[in-house]
Amino acid sequence: MRRQSPADLQWSDVTPKSFFLNRRALIAGAAGMAIAVPAAAKLDYVTSPLSTDEKPNSLEDITSYNNFYEFGTGKGDPSAYAPALTTDPWSVKVDGLVGRPGSYDLADLLSGIPLEERIYRFRCVEAWAMVVPWIGLPLGKMLEKFGVQPGAKYVAFETLVRPDEMRGQKSPILDWPYREGLRLDEAMHPLTILATGLYGEDLPNQNGAPLRLVVPWKYGFKSIKSIVRITLSDSQPETTWNMLQPSEYGFYANVNPEVDHPRWSQATERHIGAGLFAGREPTRMFNGYADQVAGLYSGQDLARDF
Amino acid sequence: MPGVDRINAGLRRVPPWTLYGAGAALPVWLFWAATTGGLGVDPVREIEHTLGLWSLRLIVAVLCVTPLRRFTGLNLLRFRRAIGVTAFGLALLHLLAWLVLDMGLYWAQTLGDIAKRPYITVGMAAFLMMLPLALSSNDWSVRRLGGARWRALHRLTYPAAVAAAVHYLWLVKAWPVAPILYLAAVAFLIGLRLIPRRRAIQSPRPA
Repeated sequence: MRRQSPADLQWSDVTPKSFFLNRRALIAGAAGMAIAVPAAAKLDYVTSPLSTDEKPNSLEDITSYNNFYEFGTGKGDPSAYAPALTTDPWSVKVDGLVGRPGSYDLADLLSGIPLEERIYRFRCVEAWAMVVPWIGLPLGKMLEKFGVQPGAKYVAFETLVRPDEMRGQKSPILDWPYREGLRLDEAMHPLTILATGLYGEDLPNQNGAPLRLVVPWKYGFKSIKSIVRITLSDSQPETTWNMLQPSEYGFYANVNPEVDHPRWSQATERHIGAGLFAGREPTRMFNGYADQVAGLYSGQDLARDF
Repeated sequence: MPGVDRINAGLRRVPPWTLYGAGAALPVWLFWAATTGGLGVDPVREIEHTLGLWSLRLIVAVLCVTPLRRFTGLNLLRFRRAIGVTAFGLALLHLLAWLVLDMGLYWAQTLGDIAKRPYITVGMAAFLMMLPLALSSNDWSVRRLGGARWRALHRLTYPAAVAAAVHYLWLVKAWPVAPILYLAAVAFLIGLRLIPRRRAIQSPRPA
């Protein structure tokens, strides 16, 4: 990886406007073709050995049962109200300890990194679980594009604030914008992805379109949706649920059957879509990804760093 | 208040058992909807929460009966027993839905949760307080206990209502409006009982 500090940046490094305007024209042209050939809406992706072989939940399960407080606190609110969100154009501000800070168009962020299907277990802090066939790319590969500076220790993310289109933001239920963060080694881990799709197609708005984080060994609230800002920093960033209730929602939020939420047990989980009398299943350490990620936390007391 | 009198007259033609019928229709509908996909992708949670919410709504309704009669003249006293017993029935089904559908009869965790999780403890307390109220909601019990003791026992309604509303507020994440409003309604309705009653007509004292 070639390191570059902001001081090395020249105006010549900025993409000339005519270039990205041309690119947009090309994309618009491609969209026109997509209308002629509807099947082209499918994304191009490769499969991954990191996928679970468990059966994914149905598209209906995944798109009608969401926690996305930007659209309301009810599980059905995101599917009812998220269609109002405009996701094109979409740009992401990249700042902090990176070589190439700036405001990037989504297509530029994604260019050059092949999309992969990652079928992951998904575990909510509320003790329900699903299996989701995400389409995305490793966060680490995208961070490398920006040139992570050696002093960077954490990555912080922010969700869009647009109350006109995100009706939940008209109420102060959370301190907007929604914020999340990872330690740099967690962010660079191959399991950590930025998802842009679901079931082979573009991500539905209620699932965090057009760009969301997915960290499969952590509770779902870490997997921030509709990202507009990525900041590399040397100190642990503030995160929304931790700010609201630090005794209940830690920075790490690793799935752990032995560390209960103060108000409910995390020892078991309910699998959405399993039926009326399916009951519960034991929660798995790191949501079943212990072999891959336990090493990140060696020497840490997970009851303290919950 | 002629308007209220007309409403009261109309209500006298409504038999209280219709409330039991409506109360029984809710779980029947929930079960039917759950088995035909009408409750969405998580019917367990939907059944559990709907039963709990309607029980709490009826608890609030029960608390409205006395203040409505006192401050507006609207008389729903004939329906109070049916409302209360239906609230208890839905709370019982809510508890069963939690035990069987949500916890999947996972007894080790269930018993631990009742003791360790404050919102479950307080919900269970609300249920246990409602139990003697439901069991004594019949004419035989009123006669057996005598009016004064029966009324004293039924003051348990107040702590049970507070516990039920706290149970709801304590289980949600963040501070959504609905559970706060239910707790505020319960507190307000109990607070109305603290307003001293003026004697209707001051009888002139003999000199």
